[in-house]
Amino acid sequence: MKWLRLLLISVLLSFQSQSFAAIETYQFDNVEQEEAYKELIFELRCLVCQNQNLADSNAELAQDLRQQVYEMLTKQNAGKDEIVDYMVARYGEFVMYKPPVEPNTYLLWVGPFLFLLIGLWILIRIIRSNQQNNELDK
Amino acid sequence: MKKQSMPLIIFGALVIVLAIGLTLDPKDVPSPLIGKPASEFSLPELYTQEPFSPTQLQGEAWILNIWASWCVSCRQEHEVLVEFSEKYPTKIVGLNYKDTPEEAKAWLKQFGNPYQITVEDQQGRAGIDWGVYGVPETFVIDKKGIIRHKFTGPITRKRVNDELKPLLAQIDKEPS
Repeated sequence: MKWLRLLLISVLLSFQSQSFAAIETYQFDNVEQEEAYKELIFELRCLVCQNQNLADSNAELAQDLRQQVYEMLTKQNAGKDEIVDYMVARYGEFVMYKPPVEPNTYLLWVGPFLFLLIGLWILIRIIRSNQQNNELDK
Repeated sequence: MKKQSMPLIIFGALVIVLAIGLTLDPKDVPSPLIGKPASEFSLPELYTQEPFSPTQLQGEAWILNIWASWCVSCRQEHEVLVEFSEKYPTKIVGLNYKDTPEEAKAWLKQFGNPYQITVEDQQGRAGIDWGVYGVPETFVIDKKGIIRHKFTGPITRKRVNDELKPLLAQIDKEPS
């Protein structure tokens, strides 16, 4: 029984989520560059496996784009915005995991709050009608 | 009466919204490159190793087809391209994406060569510049060097007839 539990634990442990699929080792000139690199590969989407960012994906395109981000940071001394602009110019806004606030994304940003308000409104109405019913019962 | 039909109305609305969602293709990401000048590159030609760059085709309409010998749906598309190239004079440039010259040559020998020019992009660098995220992809470039259309995924006979031919006819009428 004991060994069974051990086996179960070891199997479960082997399922640890691996949030870093990126295995390349890159040398950065300074800490800022490394920070910018990490932030960028988390913010940019892999277009092959669309629900993963560049950090998570092991698709060849993701590897190439990580390489591109690295080279732009270290060799061309490009800033974060510059790299995001470069990607958006080629792959469209879809490449950004966090969509910009623009007229065509208003619904996306406001939607959750809208649903919350509708829910609250329904809740208040139900509570009120219950109160009225209770008063009538009295 | 009104209260009872509410769930049905909500359900109906949800069905409509989801049905619309099903008809959309999430892989078909609109390219921001449409209407922009074609990206420059200088890559070696597959057979001659001479450098080729898009400016050499300035003044004429042309097609850029991104393909690879390891790409399964390229095979499906290839016979449509071969057929097209036999009937129409529009130049097709093949961009051999992340492939080896040997495999590319063998592939063209086996399935036919619809390309006037084939260039090697072994590192996929030009691919990134053209916003390529999956092969095959095909661009139509007009006489002024502006990207007019992008096909994502394999080109079919239907897409040639419905989209490619009318576009090329329209470009043909434009001044160079």
